[in-house]
Amino acid sequence: MPSIVMTVNGKSVSGEVEGRTLLVQFLREDLGLTGTHVGCDTSQCGACVVLMNGDSVKACTVLAASADGAEVQTIEGMANADGSLGVIQQAFQDNHGLQCGFCTPGMVMSAADLLRHNASPSDAEIREWLEGNICRCTGYHNIVKSIQAAAASLSA
Amino acid sequence: MYNFDYLKPGSLAEAVEALKAEEAVALGGGQTLIPTLKQRLASPSVLVDLGGCLDRDVLVVRDGDCQVGGGATHAAVAASQHAPKWLRAVATGIGDPQVRNLGTIGGSLANNDPAACYPAAVLGAGATITTNARTIAADDFFRDLFETALDEGEIITAVTFPTAASTGQSAVRAANYQKFDQPASRFALVGVFVARRTDGVRVAVTGASASGVHRWGAAEAALSADFSAAAVAGLGVAPDGMLGDLHGSPEYRAHLVGVLTRRAVAACG
Repeated sequence: MPSIVMTVNGKSVSGEVEGRTLLVQFLREDLGLTGTHVGCDTSQCGACVVLMNGDSVKACTVLAASADGAEVQTIEGMANADGSLGVIQQAFQDNHGLQCGFCTPGMVMSAADLLRHNASPSDAEIREWLEGNICRCTGYHNIVKSIQAAAASLSA
Repeated sequence: MYNFDYLKPGSLAEAVEALKAEEAVALGGGQTLIPTLKQRLASPSVLVDLGGCLDRDVLVVRDGDCQVGGGATHAAVAASQHAPKWLRAVATGIGDPQVRNLGTIGGSLANNDPAACYPAAVLGAGATITTNARTIAADDFFRDLFETALDEGEIITAVTFPTAASTGQSAVRAANYQKFDQPASRFALVGVFVARRTDGVRVAVTGASASGVHRWGAAEAALSADFSAAAVAGLGVAPDGMLGDLHGSPEYRAHLVGVLTRRAVAACG
């Protein structure tokens, strides 16, 4: 079984995994970081999005072994050091960018990747970026608003 | 998913060696292979992750041709200043941002999905595929549904697009790819790539034919004589041999081939 070492939310972690173990399984089952959700398990819905070496990826479609040596950030790593909500999370709360909340971790992580590339995305750019994140509650309007608000706070 | 052994070789030579094992399969970005494994449509004994040994850069080489490393992600091509605009546009349209962050050009071409975007761009531009063993012209590379000229264990190391307009060789002067999205899969329901080359026009069609990506000879002849949407307006496409499923009948796909070709020509300028 491959032994893997990676940095997750700033902490070095290690484990023994099977070849077939997915990154999302390793995060949830081995590390107990259950904020990363499994929705469709077919890389369509985006509930499992995490950052790997800074880029957003679908953790249900990455082998844990392939992430050996990587720097991974999950939704648990988005809060501030004192435990309060991070800027993007707070913007989702302020703008009612979630309803049931299942897709939200993936939405926040995708938004983090977008804002890293594009500090003030337009409405259309946000909608296009969220192509791989599905929400069945909100109709997306408030998610787009949340990301715009986060962009404004981050560049303020 | 059935279990398998996992290897991540640090060099191409080691990867070639590892792929000699019985039932060994190469892993590129995994955006097709991992879903395939989950459905138990493949059961390799060992998965050889190419992430540690393939070039991921997009470069301008020789007299200005664009060379894309076999491990370059769609996101890397989409963002590269060294890739021509039409190639960046193709990469930008594949999948979604997360798929583009992992999926690679080598993986896409080796898989040769009949609805994938890159095969149309590579065949339409007349690119060259370099492997660990040889170089293969696009015209000789794509054989049939999910079938290519690659031998067992052969690895795509680079793809070279002829963009050197300054040389005497044939090169792409302008090109455009039009994709009619299948909104659930984000593959092409039909996609058409039109390239205006110094030696004539090439047209490649994906998503339509039951035998995978192919060139549309009649349109190439008409456009080489007169590069205008009107030149291909009267050309009929027969639905025989076209894919048909709940998303589109063979007749619908045949119709789209004409529509998208005209749009690509108009956008090409």
